Amino acid sequence: MSQLSKQGLTRRALLSRAVAAGALAVAGAGFIAAPDAAWAVEVTHVSEHEMATLLQMARDIYPHDKVGDRFYAIAVKGYDSEEQKAAVAEGIAALDKAAKDAGFDTYLSAGWEDDRVAILRGIQETPFFQTVRGGLVTGLYNQKEVWPIFGYEGESFSQGGYINRGFDAIDWL
Amino acid sequence: MANAAKFDLTDDSVVVIVGSGSGGGVLANELAQKGVKVVTLEAGGRYLPEDYVNDEWESFGQLAWTDPRTTSGDWRVAKDFAGLPAWIVKAVGGTSIHWAGASLRFQEHEWKAKTNYGAVEGANLLDWPIDGAEMAQWYDKAEAKLGVTGVGGRPRLPGNSNYKVFEKGAKALGYKEVHTGNMAINSVEYDERMSCQQTGFCFQGCKWGAKWSAAYTDIPRGEATGNLEVRDHCHAARILHDDKGKVTGVEYFDKDGNLQMQKARLVCVAGNSFESPRLLLNSHSSMFPKGLANNSDQVGRNYMRHTTGSVYGVFEKPVHMWRGTTMAGIIRDEARHDPSRGFVGGYELETLSLGLPFMAAFLDPGAWGREFTTALDSYENMAGMWIVGEDMPQADNRVTLSETEDQFGLKVANVNFSDHPNDIAMRNHAYAVGQAIYKEVGATRTMPTSPYPSTHNLGTNRMSEKPEDGVVNKHGQSHDVANLFVSDGSQFTSGAAENPTLTIVALAIRQADHIASEMAAGNV
Repeated sequence: MSQLSKQGLTRRALLSRAVAAGALAVAGAGFIAAPDAAWAVEVTHVSEHEMATLLQMARDIYPHDKVGDRFYAIAVKGYDSEEQKAAVAEGIAALDKAAKDAGFDTYLSAGWEDDRVAILRGIQETPFFQTVRGGLVTGLYNQKEVWPIFGYEGESFSQGGYINRGFDAIDWL
Repeated sequence: MANAAKFDLTDDSVVVIVGSGSGGGVLANELAQKGVKVVTLEAGGRYLPEDYVNDEWESFGQLAWTDPRTTSGDWRVAKDFAGLPAWIVKAVGGTSIHWAGASLRFQEHEWKAKTNYGAVEGANLLDWPIDGAEMAQWYDKAEAKLGVTGVGGRPRLPGNSNYKVFEKGAKALGYKEVHTGNMAINSVEYDERMSCQQTGFCFQGCKWGAKWSAAYTDIPRGEATGNLEVRDHCHAARILHDDKGKVTGVEYFDKDGNLQMQKARLVCVAGNSFESPRLLLNSHSSMFPKGLANNSDQVGRNYMRHTTGSVYGVFEKPVHMWRGTTMAGIIRDEARHDPSRGFVGGYELETLSLGLPFMAAFLDPGAWGREFTTALDSYENMAGMWIVGEDMPQADNRVTLSETEDQFGLKVANVNFSDHPNDIAMRNHAYAVGQAIYKEVGATRTMPTSPYPSTHNLGTNRMSEKPEDGVVNKHGQSHDVANLFVSDGSQFTSGAAENPTLTIVALAIRQADHIASEMAAGNV
């Protein structure tokens, strides 16, 4: 699984260079990042606004409050490519148009999840939405680093299975 | 494979078997043990326990049949997984690598579905030309081969936490026949294979070899006789015949993509219920314009996939359902035929779990938002069960040739399926029961989950007493072509409520006995 670039930006440096892009991330020239600089994604093909919108969209499609933004960022990072940029530009423009029609400046400027979800429901049959949603099924849930957040333990063969490690250990029945 | 045979393409004394799973793999070994020379053509590669991967998507990439197929009909799979009607395996050993190990005999009444269920509108029910008395000795042999637990003096597996939840709910509702099943997974060391280590990942190939699979039992044992050659990465293209209507060999694409032709005295088709009818249909000729062995127009028809579905329950505290044997748990009380429930036939309930990645993909395909994600948030606290019940054969639920072609330019299988009202009534009954079971144990949320891409693929070359009703006779022999046999689940006349592998294996052992004696007598 691809790792996010650690740019070593300080929060102050980020905020001084960046424009606020929405609830999740700040966007600067060629990157979006966590407001505390814990992670950052470089963008070279799509715009910072588009990547920040994709990130918010990913979280709104599969919201898990215990799963940090960095995992969603990994899941959508692949859209920053020559092949995808036209589709992303078109898809995000359509999403922002739908947001405008609903009375918001952009998708990102809708502050409540319910409002953003209502906007997404309006475009959920589009190929763009379906591509993003379908990609997240593996892009998000197949990250091994995400599994422990859900309690899932992955393989156990290397530890000899669960025969001596609690395969029948349920204690509340 | 030190002794594995190597036969010439021009050797017309061999039996050619297409496919190496529970049907073809067992048949190959059984024939080889009797001294019959066999060439097995297997489209997939060789993977052994050390190669299996305990990671759902990675394993899927390694083992699953992902060559193109197309779908139609009103089943949800056609929308959500249009190119993936089945989750089955392309490898030496076939889907016996992936199966969960549940090994149940048919109930007596299920052999005679038409007689016992009566006329069911829209269903194309038929009695099998064999029955439980005929099959008893072959089931005995199959259970001994597979090392099935709970029979033959072999102890049952211990129940995992997922089973304990299931058992407690079932017993609270008054169900009586509740246990850890009859499983082809060793509870104790058996037949040179070790016992289950409760590792999970039964669907990804058992890395301990505790679960029976033809890949590391029948195939190497057949090869050790010197009578069996298994050619992997060899994709059958068409079966050839002479002007007397007897088959003469099989054309196939070898691992380099070159077209070869293996001559044969006799051909057995065991590529599963999609590939077997596809091969017969693709083998049409001027003598057999509708496809080989298809004078009845029954090849591809009556596709059955069991009435399936899952129920997941979420509880206040952890279950860790993925720990331990995936399907060692069963309730059999609803498997009876009791039309007072509003449907004919019956269903089994069996424990099931998916890992987080597959749960995300299969819990409610296409769903998004918090209704979906809050369910996954409780993944650790989930218990799961699977419904497997008898579905109705229907003439138009069928495999036909698609306009889509595969990498060899061969037309692929289109799988058309729509539920029969009986299937829907049964599934809804099972959903209600499954949810009630979990509520008895304090579930805070229950989820009746749609069927996954099929693993139980049946019918499409069904057995029949009369040639006009089916494709093969009671030995799996084509009604039209004497030296052509069908050796997989496609020969099922009806689906019964039970997981099909034990019956496929029993039929293969029986068929080997028949073929060997017919060959010795010079009849084929």
